[in-house]
Amino acid sequence: MATLHIKGVSKQFGSLIANDNISLSVSGGEVVALLGENGAGKTTLMNILFGHYVPDGGSIEIDGKELPHGSTDAAIKAGVGMVHQHFTLAENMTVLDNIMLGTESLYSLTSKVSTARKKLIALAAQYDLEIHPDAIVGKLSVGERQRVEILKVLYRGAKILILDEPTAVLTPDQTSQLFDNLRHMVATGMSVIFISHKLHEIMAISDRVAILRHGKMVGEVVTKDTDKNRLAELMVGHKVTRPKAGKVKSGGPVIQMKNLYLDDILKDINLTVSEKQIVAIAGVAGNGQRELADVLSGTRQWSSGELLIDDQLISTADPREFLAKGFGRIPEDRHHTGTIGEMSVWENLVSENLRQPPLWKFGRIIDFKACRQRAAELVKQFDIRCKSMEVQTRLLSGGNMQKLILARTLSASPKFILASQPVRGLDEGAIAFVHEQLLDARQAGAGILLISEDLDEIFAVADKVAVMYHGQLTEPVEVRKTSISQIGSMMGGDLDAVA
Amino acid sequence: MDWLELFISAGFWAATLRIAAPLIFGTIGELICERAGVLNLGIEGIMTMGAMVGWMWVFQGGSLWGAIMFAAFIGAMFGLLHAVFAVHLGLSQHVSGIGITMLASSLSYFVFRMFLPNSTTPPKITAFQPLEIPYLSKLPFLGEALFSHTAMTYLALAIIPVAIYMLYRTPVGRAVRMAGENPVALEAQGIDVLHIRTGAVMVGSALMAVGGAYLTISAFDAFFFGMINGRGWICVALVIFASWKPGRALFGALLFAGLDAFQVRAQQLAGGIIPYQFFLMLPYILSIAAMVVMSKRMIYPKALLVPFRRGDRI
Repeated sequence: MATLHIKGVSKQFGSLIANDNISLSVSGGEVVALLGENGAGKTTLMNILFGHYVPDGGSIEIDGKELPHGSTDAAIKAGVGMVHQHFTLAENMTVLDNIMLGTESLYSLTSKVSTARKKLIALAAQYDLEIHPDAIVGKLSVGERQRVEILKVLYRGAKILILDEPTAVLTPDQTSQLFDNLRHMVATGMSVIFISHKLHEIMAISDRVAILRHGKMVGEVVTKDTDKNRLAELMVGHKVTRPKAGKVKSGGPVIQMKNLYLDDILKDINLTVSEKQIVAIAGVAGNGQRELADVLSGTRQWSSGELLIDDQLISTADPREFLAKGFGRIPEDRHHTGTIGEMSVWENLVSENLRQPPLWKFGRIIDFKACRQRAAELVKQFDIRCKSMEVQTRLLSGGNMQKLILARTLSASPKFILASQPVRGLDEGAIAFVHEQLLDARQAGAGILLISEDLDEIFAVADKVAVMYHGQLTEPVEVRKTSISQIGSMMGGDLDAVA
Repeated sequence: MDWLELFISAGFWAATLRIAAPLIFGTIGELICERAGVLNLGIEGIMTMGAMVGWMWVFQGGSLWGAIMFAAFIGAMFGLLHAVFAVHLGLSQHVSGIGITMLASSLSYFVFRMFLPNSTTPPKITAFQPLEIPYLSKLPFLGEALFSHTAMTYLALAIIPVAIYMLYRTPVGRAVRMAGENPVALEAQGIDVLHIRTGAVMVGSALMAVGGAYLTISAFDAFFFGMINGRGWICVALVIFASWKPGRALFGALLFAGLDAFQVRAQQLAGGIIPYQFFLMLPYILSIAAMVVMSKRMIYPKALLVPFRRGDRI
């Protein structure tokens, strides 16, 4: 049993106040959820607790003893364990190597591998976290890697476990397995701090919820006395309504894929997206969605099979050709493939349409004035908030960067839009904006393929949904004829779950 | 002597081992740096420095083993300099490394001239002498090929298993490998990434300098200009060829050295029909070809060249 008191912690990054005088107490045997939108300061607070960051003010006490600032070593010794949002594992080392790291003196000339292996196996059995100690981490599934992370923390004797967005990469089944494990740990007296912005998970696992907004603690509630809507309001600060997909009659096919293969990654993909239709592809990351997105962006050549737009056969992957034929794309990684961070906002805004007049003069020359003018219109129309169009795009917030990409894509009036994880990491307001834009584009006649891991998103905007698993794609079904739980179990590999 | 005889002559194999020894020191040194995530292009200059200070130590009356220690110490100091720029300040590892090479090479020549302003022929020292290992050196063929080398050549062969043990069997080796794979993970386990990287670069640089010293106190007995002659760059390539594994580094060094020993003898055999420059080129051409083949299955340290800054937003 350990009690943790965070007292008046503040942290500033440049002009951004990430944590403003935050206090929080956690005692043994309880799960406290830390709720807030992206950028609310949850991860910063936990990184301070774990010693990654040095706070500007405030103090942290564990069992009455003050924790020195900025020392992960001290935090670990005091019993704090953190499972990071992005796994901190070395992929080409074994599970045991990863777990033993830092447990022995660096000056020791031997490493007690067999003792450690025994201890790990015992620990895994105790908490029901099955793992093979000598497996290479790179070969493990995401769920298994998370188990390694948790075991790593338990191995160090953690009493306070911090989980930063632990379910972001898990299937619904893996999530409930994780929750079972957490309940098991809490029953033995451990405390868990669970960071999330997924309300249904917080309702399911936590005893208490602390809500952060813009770096401030805005409320603390007992989970059983509240509900999802109340929490959402506290998190966002006002009522948010996500747009609802109305019914639109779809037209003829825009994109058709027939028996499409890509090496041994994509297997026999058959999919049609029609005009005025949003087809969603659900699935856990790493099942071939990214490769499918690459194929549909024209950046990767498929091995065999047919790809047609408007009944016109396309044979080679050529991004520029794809754009000219009416493809639009919202890439998954908006920082690296969606925008060029070092270039200005206006350059990014016109980058896909440079070859058309009036941006393109005398056949070969870019008309900068026309480009800036076009960009200025788009900035206004899509409400992209930036100091000026000349600032580097990497300085934009995630939401504004996504607006930029939307503006660029939608202004070309594409016939087909590929939207990969378009709302990942965005806050509620931005999510609503992106969905509205996609629904408007559908209304205007575009066929849209939405790749998402978020079933709530899929069920809110899509007309049809298909599941991708190990490179195979199921037959799309009407969203209203299926359910979240059905799609969820299909994502876990139970492809026959469809009724 | 015909072509077949060349390969079965003990002299050829003995030469291979002699040529390989400095490459082994350099390659293992570079490998340790890179395993910790730091490219060390200072290697060429650090080897030159090691060659000079090792020789100078003996020339000034010091012992041969003392020369190795001194070269290692000076190498470690240049490693520390590289670590300050590339690890602590997080600057470009390429730029810092090239800078160290230019500084260390020039400084070596400068110091050499300071001590010996007037000499035209490089003065000589008494270098390591071949050890005739009792009984074994009397064996036919193997005796000359393997068991009649200097102590420093055996030292080169000995550091391979030591490096393997240290990297794969000790806590600090695990930490070094993690520093090159995922420094955040190291930090998350309470180990200071900068310390680990600095230490690795210093140890690696010490080995490089010892490799340089091998040339002046074991292979030859004098220091002269342009002595390292690109051996440092060969080591950088050998690390990649070895896919960052010490055992394979030994294989790579022997392969390259064998080609080099071969080309010297092939020049004589060809007897002027083929220009000798062609043979000089051979080891490099074949190294490039071997690298092209090997690099397809290469597994490189994920955090190589990536600076780590504490407290950065993760």
